[in-house]
Order: sequence, then C-alpha cells, then structure tokens
Amino acid sequence: MTHLEQLTIHEVHKLLKSKQVSSVELTKAVIARIHAVDPKIRAFVTVTEELALQQAMQADKRIADGDCRPLTGIPAVMKDLLCTKGIRTTCSSKMLENFVSPYNATVIEKLYAEGMVLIGKANMDECAMGSSTENSAFFATHNPWDLMRIPGGSSGGAAAAVAASEGFYALGSDTGGSIRQPASYCSITGLKPTYGRVSRYGLIALASSLDQIGPMTRDVEDAAIVMNAISGYDDRDSTSVSYEVTDYTKALGKNIKGMRLGIPREYFADGIQPEVASTIKTAIVALEELGAHVDWNVSLPSSPYAPAVYYVISTAEASANLARYDGIRYGFSYQAANSMWEALEKTRQFGFGTEVKRRIMLGTYVLSAGCYDTYYLKAQKVRTLIRQEFESAFEKYDALITPTSFNLPFKLGEKTDDLMASYFYDVCTIPVNIAGIPAISIPAGFVDGLPVGLQIIAKPFAEEKLLRIAHAYEQATGWQQYQPPL
Amino acid sequence: MKLDREEVLRLAALNKLGMTEEDVSVFSRQLSDILEGFEILNQVDTTGISPTAQPNSLFNVMRADIIAPSMPPSEVLANAPLRNGEFFRIHAVLE
Repeated sequence: MTHLEQLTIHEVHKLLKSKQVSSVELTKAVIARIHAVDPKIRAFVTVTEELALQQAMQADKRIADGDCRPLTGIPAVMKDLLCTKGIRTTCSSKMLENFVSPYNATVIEKLYAEGMVLIGKANMDECAMGSSTENSAFFATHNPWDLMRIPGGSSGGAAAAVAASEGFYALGSDTGGSIRQPASYCSITGLKPTYGRVSRYGLIALASSLDQIGPMTRDVEDAAIVMNAISGYDDRDSTSVSYEVTDYTKALGKNIKGMRLGIPREYFADGIQPEVASTIKTAIVALEELGAHVDWNVSLPSSPYAPAVYYVISTAEASANLARYDGIRYGFSYQAANSMWEALEKTRQFGFGTEVKRRIMLGTYVLSAGCYDTYYLKAQKVRTLIRQEFESAFEKYDALITPTSFNLPFKLGEKTDDLMASYFYDVCTIPVNIAGIPAISIPAGFVDGLPVGLQIIAKPFAEEKLLRIAHAYEQATGWQQYQPPL
Repeated sequence: MKLDREEVLRLAALNKLGMTEEDVSVFSRQLSDILEGFEILNQVDTTGISPTAQPNSLFNVMRADIIAPSMPPSEVLANAPLRNGEFFRIHAVLE
C-alpha cells in the first residue's frame, strides 16, 4: 500500500485541492517518515520541523480561501547551498556551519510565493565539490536502495530524501552532474535546465559559468510542475535569460512518434559497466518501440575531453568564488591569531576540507601567470569545440540519449582514495554543463537492486522536448513507481 | 608538469591558505598528478578556435542604476564573528 508521503506532487495536489487531506497532515506524515528513516539515511543537515508546521497551517488557510496552486502546502527539501532567510545554510562546510542566510535565494522566494512548506536542508559534498556526498564536512548520506552505498553527489542528500519519501521534491544544483548523477543513483527524476533558465541568485557559487539549479522529483510530471515555478528571468542574476517560459506540463502526454534520437558512441566507451550499457540499450529499444527514429551511430569526438576541461574551468572559477571566505563578515573565524593575515590563513586552513583546498589550489595554478594559456585558455577553446559538436548534432536530432553514469552506485568509502578516477566519473554529465544545455535523468531499471539512470540531452531551452520524451518513456515502462526497500 | 614544494607554498600564499608540511607534500604529489591528467587537452587541435567563457550568448549586460533600500546594518552584521557597533572588527592591519 502506498502511504501519503510516498505520493507524487500531482497526486497529493489533488488531495489538497479536494480537501481530502490538509497540508498539516501531509507535513506531519513527512516529519514522521524523517524520524523513522533518516537515522539510517542521513539526508538532512537541518530539519525545519516547527517552521514547516507553521507554513503548513498558512498553506491550509490559503487552500481554504480557494488558492491551491500546484505546489501549495507541499513539503519540499532544499540542497543546503540555497540561501533560506533565517535558516542555517551550511554548504555542508565547517566554514558555514553556523551561517544563517540574511536573505532568500530567488528560487526560494518563488517557491514560497507558491505556498511551499520547507521541511529541511539537505546534505551535500562540501561546497558542491564531489560526486558521492562523502565530502560533506558533517557526515555521509546513505543510498535508500542500499544503505552500504553512496547516494551520488553533490546533491546526494536531496536525492536520497526524495527517494526515501522524506519530502515530495527537492531543488538541487548541477555544475558537472550534481543533480542528474544522484537522481540516477537514487532512482528519481533530475533535471538540469539550460544555463540561464533558472536564476542563480542566492545559490552559493561553485563555478559560475556552469552552475544551474533544477528539480529533483519522483516523476517527470512533478519535474515539469517545479520547473513552472522556478524558471524565468531575474534582474538579480545577470546571466539569467528572458527567453519565454511556457507551461512545461503541456509537454506531457504526447507521443514521440517520428522524433529523431541520436546515440553518441563516446558515452558508451571503455569504462562503462556492461550491465549499465545493456540496461540503457534496452531503454533505447523501448524508445524505438514508442515510434522514435534512433541513430545508433552518432559521434561527439570532443566529449571525452570534457572532464579535463571541467576540472580546469570549474576549479579556476571556484578559486575566485571561494576567496570571499575570510572569517570577517560571516562564517568560521580563527580567533587565536596575532595578526590579520594569520587569522585569514588559519580561518581558511581550518574552515575548508581537503577537497576544497585542493581545488582552490588547482584553480589558482591554472589561472596564474605562465599557466593561463596552457591550461585555462586551452580549456576554454576545447569548451567551444564541445559546444559546437552539440550544436551540429541538434541540427539532425531532437535529443541525444546516453547513460547518466558509467557506473552503479559505489560502496561508501570505496573510491575516495582514487583521486583521478573520481574526477573522471562524471564523463556523461559534464559535457552538458560545458555546453550550457539542458538534460534530464530518469529511472531506467535496476541491476541487482541498484538503480540505473537514462540521460536525455537537448538543445538550449528545449526542456519541453526532454520532458516529452522522458514522460513517454516513464509512462511506458513504469520504473518511477518502485520504492526503495526501507 | 611537476609542482614542487616552493610552487605549492607560493599558491598557498596567494590563496591565504595555511598549510602543514604534510599538506604541502600531499598537494605537491596530487596536484602534479592532476596536471599530468590535463595534458590530454594537448591532443586537441584548437587552431583558430575562439574561447568560450560562458555558454549563453549574453554580452555586457547593463541595467539602470535604480536606488533601492539596502539591507539594514543589523542584518548585514548578524553573522559577523566579531563586531564593534555597526562595524566588522578585525585584527590590526598595521602594527
């Protein structure tokens, strides 16, 4: 039997609208679920229990007044790098362990305007640097499908919470795959929108030319509903784009007959687990059976260089973004120093974890005199090639289909020693951020009880196409209906 | 590219990042390995290719200078580790 907290946004919205259930009941059910399962999963850095109940009461008043929007009264989880006024925003870093945001991120403002109930802030890799959530300065999060395994990252807490019914949806952020890869590992839907589609104001920055906020949900319809609420131009983010926002739910329920899908061979290269490759191939055959024309012989020859491009560009941008942590205006501050410079050095020494320091050092190096042309400028040029190859592909194809990850979720602690390997895991997701285009990961089945995610990639601002294909596949296969054995 | 001890210390100083001797030797080895990994980019011919700094086509975004209320000092200072009235307090810069 399906419990209340396991329903989707669109299912629970109907119950709220018809007053069969109240937001307070819904919120209590989610809180009870968090108490029951989160000691095993550890998805949350902060649970905002009292605040959530107050917000639920307000939502119930609003619903009683006849104003029940698609997200009104529904408990949601925010990755802990989205600023929430009056609530701790830690970035899972010792540096921000006690930081209380003085303002809301634009996406938070937009969701509050829709009547969101905020249930808590989710664990992540420190400063969004990592793919396992093991880099959190506080604790690791466990995968609801197998508690011995990682949930993916960096939005691992958000993905685990949604998969384990500890909230109906989450917002994550994706710089190199940080929404899609944990969505894949936890068998949920994760959408990385086009760069500029969603305002980044109030998102604690990792790499400003790559970061994008997006929904993590239990099915494709829910992703469309959340996209409707968070998309659009914002004058506080000058990289956001005024491209028209349409009703994304209109993309749902349409067939995909005659759509042209390309399968880039570089995304099935050496290193992919054979069971993952065969699961994705089965999914592609299912898309073919739904009437899509599939070209199995597409090539994006520069994509294998994307991880190297990513680690040059993202660390360069991160080294600049993280210069703001000085222990003076907010955050961790080393007090027992004799001078301002010593205080600054010790604050950063003890406030940042190892991975963060390593990336700051690397980013400073690739930007430094004598190295700029060799590393940074070179990476920016290869970035152009990667982008151009996608542009050419989208002249012929409506979308590209790939695995989200080469691997099934690893065991906790299995991969942290192998640095170079961990940097190159995200080979399927990184090229999408490099090119600034949208992509979605949806559940595509299981191998020995572990989830496999299918990635669909489209041209800039073609989120509707992603949702249309994803929804057709989901409705035909039903993989989104499975619940983890908790 | 090999990153020696002096180079790691120079980067740490640029970053105002305090470091133990052990950190220095670990980072020297790890960063050298990662930079070696970056050499794969030399296989790509980028002759005549212009760089991409960010992926959408926006260029020099301008806006009107509109006067609006700022955040009140009490909120700006609420997270300050040390403060003195309406000021952030820091260690002496000059002796």
